[in-house]
Amino acid sequence: MSQITSMALPQIGSFALLLALGLAGYSFLVGAFALIDKGPGSERLGETARRAGIAAFGTILLASVVLVTAAFTDNFSIAYIFHHSNRDLPGPYKFAVLWSGQEGSLLFWSLLLAAYGFILRLRYKTDPRLFAYASVVIAAVQVFFLLLLNIAAHPFAILEGQIPPDGSGLNPLLQYPEMVIHPPMLYLGYVGFTVPFAFAMGALIMRYPGEKWIHITRRWTMVTWGFLTVGIFLGAHWAYSVLGWGGYWGWDPVENASLMPWLTGTAFLHSVMMQEKRGMLKTWNMWLVFSTFWLAILGTFLTRSGIISSVHAFAQSSIGPWFGWFLIISFAAFTGFYVANKSHLRSEHKLESIISRESSFLFNNLLFVVACFVVLWGTWFPKISELVQGNKVTVGAPFYNNVAIPVALFLLLLTALGPLLAWRRTSFESLKRNFQWPAAGALSIGVLMMILGVRPWKDIAYFYSLMAAMLAALVIFTVISEFVRGGRVISRHTGFGLFGSMVHLWHRNTRRYGGYIVHFGVAVVIIGILGTPFNKESEKEMGFGDKMNLGPYTLVCQSYTQDDNPNFSNEWAIINVFKGNEQITTMYPERRLYKASSQPQTIPRIYATVAQDLFLVNDLYIVYEGRNEDTGRPIIKAHLNPMVPWIWIGLIIMIFGTITALIPNAAPLPARVPARVQTAPAVGAGD
Amino acid sequence: MHLKNSVSKRIVQLMLVVFALFTFMGVGDEDARFRDLGHHLMCVCGCSQILLECNHIGCQYSDRMRGELAAALDRGDNDDLTLQSFIQKYGTTVVAAPSTTGFGRVAWIMPFVALLAGMATVVLVVRSWRNRPTPAFADGVQPIRGPELERFRDQADKETDL
Repeated sequence: MSQITSMALPQIGSFALLLALGLAGYSFLVGAFALIDKGPGSERLGETARRAGIAAFGTILLASVVLVTAAFTDNFSIAYIFHHSNRDLPGPYKFAVLWSGQEGSLLFWSLLLAAYGFILRLRYKTDPRLFAYASVVIAAVQVFFLLLLNIAAHPFAILEGQIPPDGSGLNPLLQYPEMVIHPPMLYLGYVGFTVPFAFAMGALIMRYPGEKWIHITRRWTMVTWGFLTVGIFLGAHWAYSVLGWGGYWGWDPVENASLMPWLTGTAFLHSVMMQEKRGMLKTWNMWLVFSTFWLAILGTFLTRSGIISSVHAFAQSSIGPWFGWFLIISFAAFTGFYVANKSHLRSEHKLESIISRESSFLFNNLLFVVACFVVLWGTWFPKISELVQGNKVTVGAPFYNNVAIPVALFLLLLTALGPLLAWRRTSFESLKRNFQWPAAGALSIGVLMMILGVRPWKDIAYFYSLMAAMLAALVIFTVISEFVRGGRVISRHTGFGLFGSMVHLWHRNTRRYGGYIVHFGVAVVIIGILGTPFNKESEKEMGFGDKMNLGPYTLVCQSYTQDDNPNFSNEWAIINVFKGNEQITTMYPERRLYKASSQPQTIPRIYATVAQDLFLVNDLYIVYEGRNEDTGRPIIKAHLNPMVPWIWIGLIIMIFGTITALIPNAAPLPARVPARVQTAPAVGAGD
Repeated sequence: MHLKNSVSKRIVQLMLVVFALFTFMGVGDEDARFRDLGHHLMCVCGCSQILLECNHIGCQYSDRMRGELAAALDRGDNDDLTLQSFIQKYGTTVVAAPSTTGFGRVAWIMPFVALLAGMATVVLVVRSWRNRPTPAFADGVQPIRGPELERFRDQADKETDL
């Protein structure tokens, strides 16, 4: 029975994928025909296309379930399962096998796209025609991924020869709890940008009147942006917790690939407000949402084609040209539709003043796009250099630190200034009035940092840190002052307390004040990053009782021990950590050897608690690097990474802000009416 | 009120002076140079990590390269000479960023070209938007009432946010 199941699984999976391709193809072709054809049956034809799209989700889901089942049943007749799993792999990682390799992750991508399409097609009554256009665009993208899965990267390909008794195992770097969450979050972000793009494309083709399509896609865009943000930060946290070099961002092409659509997506979230409120930037928004979608695909192309080398790219494969052609075709299609319909995208209003929210959004968008260009340029430059002068160069952290950080600092300045500017026009006096106290607060932070020993003249990195601290403080003070100022106004009108008024202020315009909370979170993340130049590290061969001093801590090696389980054997150090004479904790940095793949892996340990360090200034990070080959003595490397915990706290604030921005607005509270007015006769409407 | 304003102005001015004083004084040191140069070089073992961040046990390169870097600084080699000696020995990919000469210069220039081009575009866009004519009203136009007024009120709500 089990052998029959084992043989049937790849067949079922393959059939499901083929059926999905047929359904997605139907949804695309018939859906498009129904939109073009004005005949009496076109509506019913369109309905069949919508239902085919819904059914495609079912079949892709079936294929995904089959692949996961194959992983859980150790079906090594399927090449993908053999290469990415083994019998003793823990359950959660067997589930994660779905997105751990090339073919599986493409299937997962396709599943998420189908799920987004499923929700969209169920909600079609909001605006049937616009949704029909969006459904066709999503079906077109779906057809591409299903062609890939059926032809070039088949996840159910059968292993040739005899079925091996065990699999090669999952890459040790991926055997970490965050790997069960990080890729789905990232993919939800990548894939999710297809939805606003599909609506934009639909609105462009049908010359959609008004800005309703933006209202419809607003939540999709924010949710997608939230997923991508979480995905990127989880990736950074995974790198910090697993790679053992004490850092969280290495400007690797794979990391850059996720950052590029995030930058343009963030620009779109801002600029779309210009279109909603002022009918401006219509063309720009179209291109921005397309670029975000396109960059998400480009990122996938980068990580899977092998065209650019990266430590954590997927294995080289033949799918690069597929993505290359898809990028070209999608660009050509979008450009064609844009050229045909651009007259529809004329701006409705004029800019009344340079000191206005509109111009701040323009500059904000410019900086986001330039930041994206910097990352794109840096990622591709090694290839360009190889083509032009025949030798490769490295474009690493020093390049990005020198080019991207100044842009980021300007962006931070705009983040602080933007909320102080009103739509249309802001008087210089009002700007000065609202800005002076946040500015004084930021300057005080700068002076305080220098008094505490930050010397910006010693290193450009210190200078950047000081600037970043001041600008982050400026953002935080601006956000607080905006809440307090608005809260006071409501408090005066309603008689509520200040805090209650601030909560009501947020609830009356969740998008605006939720956005400010996101800004606050960004500033906190910046505070977490600006500690980097002050990192300290120490490495030592440590026998029993040996000590190592690092910052305020003394590490004492108590012992070493070993263990063994079916998946890996491991060795770890037992390190007592002292602060002064008091032992504050014991840490267990570990080194594993995974049996199936015979690959070693370090598992660093990280210590930061509010109890010991109220402002979480120090992140103690210890790595058991293994044994010195000559002396046989264990080597411990310790890092003291100032402020890092604030990065993860900042992320939580950003996500909280995003969620609060999605909550519908409340009605305004009734104003407190003076007694003499209550007795006055009512004023008739229109008077 | 005037007194309060002038005091706050002076406080801000004083802080600016202190900030400027601290910012534009002082010199670098040898440890900082080692750290700086070490972060401008890559480990060539294939780990794609910055030299001072390579954490491979038994790495055939990183310890030796760090030693070579320290020796170069002890000899008194300047930064350029130190980097050149590494390039000669390990190839161009040993440097963590493109050079500021030859074709490498393009890598550094292009982002700023993009920024300037973008700035110029924004300025042009702003100028054209500001110069856009305001729609003219016909003589004897009546004040707006009813649904149209409501639409403008709605727009005002949206634009003022409060």
